[in-house]
Amino acid sequence: MLSVQDLSLSFGGIKALQGVSFTATPGEITAIIGPNGAGKTSLFNAISGFYRPDRGKVIFDGQDITSLRPDKRAALGIARTFQNIALFRGMSVLDNIKLGAHTRLNTGVFGALRYFGAAQSEELALRADLEARVIEFLEIDHIRKAPITALPYGLQKRVELGRALAMQPRLLMLDEPVAGMNREETEDMARFILDVQEEFGTTILLVEHDMHLVMDICAHVVVLNFGEQIASGPPEEVRRNDAVIEAYLGAAA
Amino acid sequence: MITGNLKTSYRADEQVLNNRWKRGFVLAAIAGLAAIPLFGNNYIVLIACQMGIMLIAVTGVNVVIGYTGLMSLGHAAFVAIGAYATVIFHNAAGGVIPESLLTLVAIPFAVVVSALAGIIVGLPSLRVKGLYLAVATLSANFIVIFLIEEQLFAPWTGGMNGINTPTANLLGWELSTRRELFWLIAVLAVLALLAAQNLFRTRVGRAFIAIRDRDYSAEILGISLYRYKLMSFAISAAYCGLAGALFAYFYARILPEQFDLHLSLMLVAAIIVGGMGRTMGAVYGVIIIVMVPEVIKVVFGALAGGGAELAMIRAPIQEIAFGALIVGFLLFEPFGINQIIDRALRALNRWPFARG
Repeated sequence: MLSVQDLSLSFGGIKALQGVSFTATPGEITAIIGPNGAGKTSLFNAISGFYRPDRGKVIFDGQDITSLRPDKRAALGIARTFQNIALFRGMSVLDNIKLGAHTRLNTGVFGALRYFGAAQSEELALRADLEARVIEFLEIDHIRKAPITALPYGLQKRVELGRALAMQPRLLMLDEPVAGMNREETEDMARFILDVQEEFGTTILLVEHDMHLVMDICAHVVVLNFGEQIASGPPEEVRRNDAVIEAYLGAAA
Repeated sequence: MITGNLKTSYRADEQVLNNRWKRGFVLAAIAGLAAIPLFGNNYIVLIACQMGIMLIAVTGVNVVIGYTGLMSLGHAAFVAIGAYATVIFHNAAGGVIPESLLTLVAIPFAVVVSALAGIIVGLPSLRVKGLYLAVATLSANFIVIFLIEEQLFAPWTGGMNGINTPTANLLGWELSTRRELFWLIAVLAVLALLAAQNLFRTRVGRAFIAIRDRDYSAEILGISLYRYKLMSFAISAAYCGLAGALFAYFYARILPEQFDLHLSLMLVAAIIVGGMGRTMGAVYGVIIIVMVPEVIKVVFGALAGGGAELAMIRAPIQEIAFGALIVGFLLFEPFGINQIIDRALRALNRWPFARG
């Protein structure tokens, strides 16, 4: 599935990532954790193609995608959400979700200008598919026509997950899916993430600060600190790791 | 839940004219259009033709500025290219293609040439945004005018003195009067508007809006910025090219100065006043932009009785009026007249159960 090999990335003198290597197990949830500034989002940006690493490789399905543009990676089946919601604010929930399916559709310019015919049947088929597979699944049918700006934070996060799901991704990357949520919203989101894994068998990679969530739903945890990978393994193992305890709590005096 | 909007199929839900008020509005508008050449006097036909041509161009500008969020101050260049391409095509192919077919080939030719020019002018959009892009497109406008005026190309373009334009001929039907030409303009304008509306019901149009709203997010969904930005420029330039072709048929003679910065600004003003990123915005904007000079003319006529001194300050007053309209709408109604009318239609549709 996805494997990152010896990834290094620096901005001037700042080393954002230094020799990070891990593999996301197919069909499982892998978490990337670490203190603020550890390089988690940089790692995500390198995997989704916004940053080009100085060294190392990103392999997806046996293919080296290190130098592929972000939109090409999307076409391979890599979807992601952003830490600070990156929805299209001028559009309705439904249109946002439809955009997620962009790579799965075929209408070209001339078909689009004409609309009636192939483009229309494609759009109607898409609508029916999204209604069942995304909107009903995420329980957002009551807000499908609402503009994004009218929604509370928790629902916006859910819509962004919906947009990623519309892509039918094989790898789903979630950047802090429950940041800023209360207990109830967090539990809802955890349930949706588990449902996605179970129902679609999607491989999931998530960055998260909520340790309860990470320990509860992830099969594998990668810990970063100052751009270095300090631990990797199942949650029980990682939480007992001395280097991890030190990074989070500071060295014993 | 909005009352009176129960839908039982996705097809019905995806319709553009999704309630009876909107349907009535569009039907009335089309009936009104058909009435113009039948009952209108020469002045009304003249104004309507100008509006139709402008509407096509503004719809194009809307695609790139309103929907894709790429600022352009050079779209008059594409109108110029469309107009000159039509005239040059007529002059060059006049003997080869029979007269009755010439127009039917010249218009697509002008559209294609403009679209290609659009791709070239759109190239800077891959690197720069906002003001910088506005300046880059602005310079494209000046370059195109410069090339048209250039002595070297004068045998084809007529240079600074302009060039006489041909008469449109549809399969032997010579559109020699403005009243006849109105039919061509009106049909093409309605089709152009319909095509633009359709565009934004599909993945292509959604991709444009995605680029406007958040470009990195669009990229992560598999939308190639490179491809869609150029596509947006090409489509909008094609629209302007079509407007240019009609412009050439409409006026007896075209001059390079008709396509200078002033026209570009008018196109932008129209879409700001009408409503950026809304199909009908172009319609409302064009009505205002074409009517403002006319109203000023009438008011000045009444005030001064055609005094030469007052006529001198009419042109600057017109510029001030455009400026005030742009600033006023940006401040108080950023989504333009379209927003005002949408509010009214929504209230009508809910009446008498709710207001607003």
